Amino acid sequence: MSALFTKDTQAIFWNNNASAIQRMLDYDYVINRVKPSVAAIVAPTSGNKFEKFFYGPDEIMVPVYRNTVEAAAAFPNADVLLNFASFRTAYDVTMEAIAIKGQFRSVMVTAEGIPERLARKMNQAARDAGVIVIGPATVGGIAPGAFKIANVGGTIENIINSKLHRAGSCGLVTRSGGLFNELSNIISINADGIAEGVAIGGDRFVGSVFIDNLLRMESNPEVKYMVLLGEVGGTEEYKVIEAVKSGLIKKPIIAWCIGTIAKHFSSGVQFGHAGASANADAETAAYKNTAMAEAGMFVPASFNDLPKTIADVYAKLTKEGIITEIVEPALRTVPKVRRKKEFICTISDDRGDEATYAGHPISSVATPETGFGIGDVISLLWFKKRYPKWATDYLETVIKTVADHGPAVSGAHNAKVTARAGKDVISSLVTGLLTIGPRFGGAIDDAAKYFKYANDRGMSPAEFIDYMKKEGKTISGIGHRIKSVRNPDLRVSGLKKYAAEFFPSTPLLDFALEVEKLTTSKKDNLILNVDGTIGILMVDMWRALGYSEEDIDGFIDAGALNAFFVVGRSIGFIGHILDEKRLGMPMYRHPTDDILYNVEYADEI
Amino acid sequence: MAQRAIREYDGKAIFSKHWENYFSGFRYGFKSVLVTSGDDLRAKAQEHGFEWLKQEALVAKPDMLFGKRGKNDLVLFRTTKPGDVTLEEAAKWIDSKIAHETTLLTGQKGTLTHFIVEPFTPHSQDQEYYISATTVGEDDVLYLSAEGGMEVEEGWEEKVNEVTIPITMDDANIEHLIRANVPAGIPEENKDRFIAFAEQFYKFYRDQNFAYLEINPIVMVGNDMHILDLVARLDDTAGFMMGDAWCGADFPTAFGMEDQSPEEKAIALADSKSGASLKLTILNPMGRIWTMVAGGGASVVYADTIADLSGNVADLANYGEYSGGPTTGETQFYAETVLDLMTRHKDPKGQDKILIIGGAIANFTDVAKTFTGIIQAFEVYADRLKAHNTRIYVRRGGPNYEKGLKDIKEAADRLGLYIEVYGPETHVTDIVRMALEK
Repeated sequence: MSALFTKDTQAIFWNNNASAIQRMLDYDYVINRVKPSVAAIVAPTSGNKFEKFFYGPDEIMVPVYRNTVEAAAAFPNADVLLNFASFRTAYDVTMEAIAIKGQFRSVMVTAEGIPERLARKMNQAARDAGVIVIGPATVGGIAPGAFKIANVGGTIENIINSKLHRAGSCGLVTRSGGLFNELSNIISINADGIAEGVAIGGDRFVGSVFIDNLLRMESNPEVKYMVLLGEVGGTEEYKVIEAVKSGLIKKPIIAWCIGTIAKHFSSGVQFGHAGASANADAETAAYKNTAMAEAGMFVPASFNDLPKTIADVYAKLTKEGIITEIVEPALRTVPKVRRKKEFICTISDDRGDEATYAGHPISSVATPETGFGIGDVISLLWFKKRYPKWATDYLETVIKTVADHGPAVSGAHNAKVTARAGKDVISSLVTGLLTIGPRFGGAIDDAAKYFKYANDRGMSPAEFIDYMKKEGKTISGIGHRIKSVRNPDLRVSGLKKYAAEFFPSTPLLDFALEVEKLTTSKKDNLILNVDGTIGILMVDMWRALGYSEEDIDGFIDAGALNAFFVVGRSIGFIGHILDEKRLGMPMYRHPTDDILYNVEYADEI
Repeated sequence: MAQRAIREYDGKAIFSKHWENYFSGFRYGFKSVLVTSGDDLRAKAQEHGFEWLKQEALVAKPDMLFGKRGKNDLVLFRTTKPGDVTLEEAAKWIDSKIAHETTLLTGQKGTLTHFIVEPFTPHSQDQEYYISATTVGEDDVLYLSAEGGMEVEEGWEEKVNEVTIPITMDDANIEHLIRANVPAGIPEENKDRFIAFAEQFYKFYRDQNFAYLEINPIVMVGNDMHILDLVARLDDTAGFMMGDAWCGADFPTAFGMEDQSPEEKAIALADSKSGASLKLTILNPMGRIWTMVAGGGASVVYADTIADLSGNVADLANYGEYSGGPTTGETQFYAETVLDLMTRHKDPKGQDKILIIGGAIANFTDVAKTFTGIIQAFEVYADRLKAHNTRIYVRRGGPNYEKGLKDIKEAADRLGLYIEVYGPETHVTDIVRMALEK
């Protein structure tokens, strides 16, 4: 690959620099990129899972990760890291990125003033790993029509004026980032724009130097000639001179070193960058300009004549047929006024011909011959995935298992009382649902949470029991009022049987059954109960489906387990409500003899 | 700024602070004081721990970042014979030096203000060695020589061993490399000691983020090390990691450079208080071409082009830049400073004054907003600008540049100032040619 970036290049952006990211996405939209150029954001202190950005008139969500390793794992094809960390952390961020084998092809480092020793180590580590470092202390680079780093090129108006929206034929390498736009402008006026441009950075030690970039451009067939803007100080230009002399670089190079003024002032005046001071004659701009001219590069008499030199070289290459005319591509325009959306929906869409559940039209999931059951619909709308049949069957089994548990439980009782007060189905149902929580139905959540916690940390069953004792908690999911080892709960038996037959594996259930062995050895009724079995098997299901432990913790925290209970038990509650309506039962009043009255006269204070 | 020189005194203080961590087995006394007058020295001698100033023969020399102090006859180590300088003599000598301006052999001129005073160390030439370290290209280079003192620069090739140490080299290989490159002239009985010191010197240089560190000469008497003359530069970008490891060393201005004009100082002060960048250097207050350029790279090419096209670099009055989104108030202050300076002296040849308001194509700076500050400065200085036949040339691109150019043109026309304005279609420095050709 000779081109630095292509139209498929995607970057991970380190630091949530919203304005720079938005500019990249605006550029992407204008040049008709298919995929946005920013795949993910790394923001170590952010609590957000994504950030919203405009993509043309619409908004898109860019995922946010806490570190580069996670972002890279999620986007293995994002091979550019845009390191916008401060000078304090930029070194660590680059080193972390380089250490991710096979991920990044280039790392752009924007920070200015990274300690020199760290910059040198970083640059060497990158070279050893075959990673191109652009910078430090740079605005970045651009492959027009393909990929633009952050703020390069300025506003969209300027980008189009300077023909940075499509590839031209010049390869541009400059030390000065501030003159990058200007050079693009000069090249667009006097030639056909640039094919690739890199500002290598202004610090004394930068990763990729002139020669690295020019050699790559030499091998890039899109680049027909190069413009090199150097600076007083350093000897990097001589490597280019050697490459030209030895024939390693054959394409024409138009070159100029700025800072010729410095020769007039003995010392003390710093013209330009930190690295820009000549320690020897050979480091002066004038000396380098002469040497580059002698090597056969096109060197103008003064910076003011640079446009003419570019025009001449361009005319010559055009005449020779090396450069041919560019067909201007059609562009999209970014609307001037865009409104941020107040709500986001990622599960269903009613805008098309037919509403969809996670992309599936309702008609394609509704009727029996589609093969979709209610478990499939739940997997689509709750988890945005279509689960395999063994999993959707499990979801349905759960819902059927928890649908009702008689009229005496608090939720059903509430629903019945409310219905008898003459309230409608919704009010009655809600009063029932409102009892679901830590004491009623909550054991499913808690069992999943605590058994998983113990299992994740490698506790043995005995250690887990000890741990819960120390925490002063009973073990959720263990124990039953009536059922025992000798009188097993058949619902549990059914669930276990199903899991044994259809689940790929059940590590958490296996662990729970070991715990049960210990608890039942103390007391016969301390069995794994139905709530515990459901919650624990749900974790096993998610694990088998390939979710990470963090994902599963996220489901539990979001209340997904509770939600299964809510859906299932609503069926039962509605049954009780309809039962009350059917029976026409009167208003319920609790008998006073069932209440212990213990009221004392309130003292004044 | 990156690499910045520190005083010899501060360099020695840093050595002393870390001595035990790096140079265990060697001894270093760190008997040095930094003073600014004879009285300062006398007062120091009364302090506890500095009794040696009264008891030992002294050496005094300026500590102001320049070298060749011996050749400049600025090292006091003898009155009648070497090693007989007393506290009182040193104090008087310092007072005599600060009383008038000093001109160095290089032509640099200035007033001496800081002196380092130390005990006189009697020693023989063969106890002197040379050691230094710096960065060359991407590598560190350690320079070692069996001969110290001023003579080392004459005959560098023969006398100095260069040890090139790549940035990623581990300690074991570094030690091996230094051992293999120890100068032949070091006496056999001192070789191991010198090697051990050189290794530790390199690690000290490396870990403490020096950019340059030279001891010339270092005197080795058994395990006693005497750092007779030291030059050091620190990589100040590493400062945030170093805590108090640098002993609070400051970065003084080079000798002869301290005389900034009040205007330069005022801009530097504004710069330090602003998130934007404001820089101003007056090159020739009598120059006829003044610049107000946005952006570092652009400021360089304007200076280059003025020197190239005018044929007389003395025409260029100033160098500087403003960038990073200065506020309207900051831009106005910067502009007024330049306009004030350029309208103080009539051009000796009666030529027009030229004001270049230049800049490349801005990324995101609102050009019209920036120009508002300049226009406000025009309002104040219009009469003075006219009195000096000032011609104003403007070139700028970037967000809102059309409005910026229109505004500044209208304002100048209204105020009766000569102005030409150009946008990105005109080459960035071409206004210099236009201004000079008219």
